[in-house]
Amino acid sequence: MTPRRKKRLYLVSLIVIGVGIAAALGLNAFNENIMFFHAPTAVVQGEAPKDHVFRLGGLVTNGSVRRQPDGLTVLFDVTDNAETVTIQYTGILPDLFREGQGIVANGKLRDDGVFVADEVLAKHDENYMPPEVADALKTAHQEGVEKAAGNAAPQ
Amino acid sequence: MSRHLRYLVPLAIFAVLAAFLYRGLSLDPKLVPSPLIDKPVPSFSLPTLKDPEAMISDTTLKGKVWMMNIWATWCSACRAEHEVLLHLARTGKISIYGLNYKDKRPAAIRWLQQLGDPYVANAFDEQGRVGIDWGVYGAPETFIVDKQGIIRYKHIGPLSIDIVNNEILPLILELESAAG
Amino acid sequence: MIPELGHFALILTLCLTLVLSIFPMIGSLNNTPAWVSLARPAAWGQFVFVAIAFACLLSSFLNDDFSVLYVAQHGNTQLPTIYKVSAVWGAHEGSLLLWALILSGWTLAVAIFSRDLPEEVVARVLSVMGIVSIGFLSFLIFTSNPFERTFPVPLEGGDLNPLLQDLGLAIHPPMLYMGYVGLSVAFSFAIAALVGGKLDAAWARWSRPWTLVAWVFLTIGITLGSWWAYYELGWGGWWFWDPVENASFMPWLAGTALIHSLAVAEKRGAFKRWTVLLALLAFSLSLLGTFLVRSGVLTSVHSFASDPERGLFILIFLCVVIGGSLALYAWRAPDVTSGGRFDLLSRETLLLGNNLLLVVITAFILLGTLAPLVYDALGWGKISVGFPWFNAMFVSFTPFLVVLMGIGPLTRWKHHDAGDLARQLRIAFLVSIAGGLIAASPLFHQASIGAGLAVMLSLWVVTTLLASIRLRLKHRDGLAAMGRDFLSRGGRSYYGMVVAHLGIAVFIIGVTFVSLFEVEEDIRMSPGQTAELGGYTFRFEGVQPHQGANYRADRGTIRVTKDGEEVTLLHPEKRTYLVQTKPMTEAGIDGRLMRDIYVSLGESLGRGDWSLRLYYKPFVRWIWLGGILIAVGGLLAASDRRYRIKVRRTVVDTAKSIRSKPLAAESRS
Repeated sequence: MTPRRKKRLYLVSLIVIGVGIAAALGLNAFNENIMFFHAPTAVVQGEAPKDHVFRLGGLVTNGSVRRQPDGLTVLFDVTDNAETVTIQYTGILPDLFREGQGIVANGKLRDDGVFVADEVLAKHDENYMPPEVADALKTAHQEGVEKAAGNAAPQ
Repeated sequence: MSRHLRYLVPLAIFAVLAAFLYRGLSLDPKLVPSPLIDKPVPSFSLPTLKDPEAMISDTTLKGKVWMMNIWATWCSACRAEHEVLLHLARTGKISIYGLNYKDKRPAAIRWLQQLGDPYVANAFDEQGRVGIDWGVYGAPETFIVDKQGIIRYKHIGPLSIDIVNNEILPLILELESAAG
Repeated sequence: MIPELGHFALILTLCLTLVLSIFPMIGSLNNTPAWVSLARPAAWGQFVFVAIAFACLLSSFLNDDFSVLYVAQHGNTQLPTIYKVSAVWGAHEGSLLLWALILSGWTLAVAIFSRDLPEEVVARVLSVMGIVSIGFLSFLIFTSNPFERTFPVPLEGGDLNPLLQDLGLAIHPPMLYMGYVGLSVAFSFAIAALVGGKLDAAWARWSRPWTLVAWVFLTIGITLGSWWAYYELGWGGWWFWDPVENASFMPWLAGTALIHSLAVAEKRGAFKRWTVLLALLAFSLSLLGTFLVRSGVLTSVHSFASDPERGLFILIFLCVVIGGSLALYAWRAPDVTSGGRFDLLSRETLLLGNNLLLVVITAFILLGTLAPLVYDALGWGKISVGFPWFNAMFVSFTPFLVVLMGIGPLTRWKHHDAGDLARQLRIAFLVSIAGGLIAASPLFHQASIGAGLAVMLSLWVVTTLLASIRLRLKHRDGLAAMGRDFLSRGGRSYYGMVVAHLGIAVFIIGVTFVSLFEVEEDIRMSPGQTAELGGYTFRFEGVQPHQGANYRADRGTIRVTKDGEEVTLLHPEKRTYLVQTKPMTEAGIDGRLMRDIYVSLGESLGRGDWSLRLYYKPFVRWIWLGGILIAVGGLLAASDRRYRIKVRRTVVDTAKSIRSKPLAAESRS
């Protein structure tokens, strides 16, 4: 092999190894950093991760917003019209946070079943509900309708 | 030959990407047909907007072809379609009922006073619970219900005069001529 | 009348664009000079008519013509005039019209400033730009007509989204579009070169200034966007790795790789295939970004109207343009001859490394941005890729990039002796390490490896730049010579590089220091209460109602003092705009070079109490200062005289050689 060919080979191998390591590290970190979305029904049924951050979304149940005495912690419920989960958040809620509105929160599930949120997100346009929430509502609605039809059938 | 194949890699990567993007478009809930089409109207009973003592429910609306329009004062697209609704109301071809969605009563009444009222009556859905039953994602949305109380049509987003002329009026004609 | 005129003008534009796309290209292949010469007039015509269309829409807004649906949706009689102007591009249809206008503007610019290029090259370049225009114009006319009428006519418009009623955000889209669209010039040059089969140093030299200017606009647009998000959104963030932001950052990264690659192609004739591919990639990423933002495929805090039907149109357009160009690449690139040879230690290798790193980073950002879509499409669940991953990924790669950035300018083309290079880098290396260690130590705020690393990398850039300048001056005798060097051929692009790289160093300091040392606190305060943060004392003095031009606000007063001396009085607001009634947070900011103090109102907690967010952000302005420096550097490089002089020299040289030939023959004999 000519010296030039050899140099080329070194260069190419270096690049391939470098990119390979980068890709491996990057993808590995990726898997650990993606957050899955779960609807309240999934959480109640135990399908959501226990020790890992995930996203919980739903409609804020009316009358469920309870401000704690320290002024900054707030408890509220989210629902997909089938099941409800309580969320605890310490901090300033986004401007578009309102009862009846669809929101998504990032955080972890505590042992007592309360979802402790690091971040609460409401979209910048009240016209549009976060699609994951809309989807969850749709699914819950369909399942609810099916269940009702099943209950009515024996008559 | 393998030299040439190397240059096809960018194109191949793009093809895979395009496939995912195409799939992504069809995943949008708006593109998926509403599960409520051809199903009966979800039953509801709500106070009217103008008179909190009076109630409006789905049973009172059976027997005629009618339109349900979901709207709110906080929705800018609703304002844009308002003129279209007024125009449609004036043609007298269909009764328009409104679902005032997650709104404030005084603001909604003032809006109708200022801009005109195309509605026969409005149901005041302050909490948005009835809207959820109708599968509403946001405002505005419009439904057309036939004489048997079955939902036949749903439109997400503001109505335009084209949609009224090309889709809604023909549908109304068809539903009116069907047996009641 | 005027909207119909505008609509008609758009249709005329499309017709002229069809002429522009078809005839000159075919004429250049068939050798039909008549068709080739259609290119420039068609480019003029296209620009004139789309400008008329734009003027019509502008006039409709200024005259509050609510019979036009788009104006009814986004205009308002109470809107201040300047925002009536910016409302033209404030939403989907109008912003597309702006795209079309800017695209025809760039096309015209290429038509005008290309006198010295061979006619068939100009014809091809303009035709390709025409083809891109066809896509946007058809999209406008067939699916997104801004001139659509609404009947009956509303009395008042829907008002421009309050978030957009801001000067910074008014200029941000035009800047970005100038960048996105400008990259189409490099794209068109690449396609023209592939079609003609001639990829040489001349092609690289022509493409370079156009690409640089586009890249500068993109830099300004991104910097503005980040700055705007910081002061307008009220939460102190300046980059969110949001899909829309990523959509602008990816073309920028590809553009950066492209301008460096063009340098190699121009000087050494190497990397030609790489450069062509990068030119195709940069504009493709711009188009992809447009698709992502408008199709609803990805949800983002600030995407445009999401409409899957429109999304399909763009996707088809993407496939035609990107797919077509990559297919052309696959067909023609193998025939391109390889350029100059170079050794393992040479500037070429370092620039290759630079390109590779930039492309890998771009690929990762694309992965992270599209992952939610891929997972959903494959039914693996609904995910979101968080901020931390993007940050970690980006921060992992940047140090390598910076190291190369320091060595590159000091390395010679083709071959550089390792020992020589080590000697030149010795001082820079030592100073950087020392500086890094000092910064990492508890001498300053707190012991921090991150701070140490940032200082080390920035010092590395600065010291290597100094070494490079010193080397350059050695051959040029002193400061006066440097001044002449700056103005002469070949000088500007060097100093452009210096300023731009310096900008990167400043940026690194800004990002690292603000991320590591910023302090934030959410706090409940009663009127008269004080809080301590970052060495400052914040005294909350209550909230009063306040009336603005077209909004109502709750206006807070916070007195900030340090060691008893008053520093500033801040007035954060919670605004409610009269028409759209969306609540908006206006932060109170005291901005200095070395730190920002930032306060935003949360919500009223009753009895005059409010929740407040207090921030101390050191070095945050260095982020945008870095961005500005990078843009300035790019402008300097683009203004390099050699892009104009070389042409004149060619003409003069030719003339000289004709005259001097007989003399040479004489002197020899």
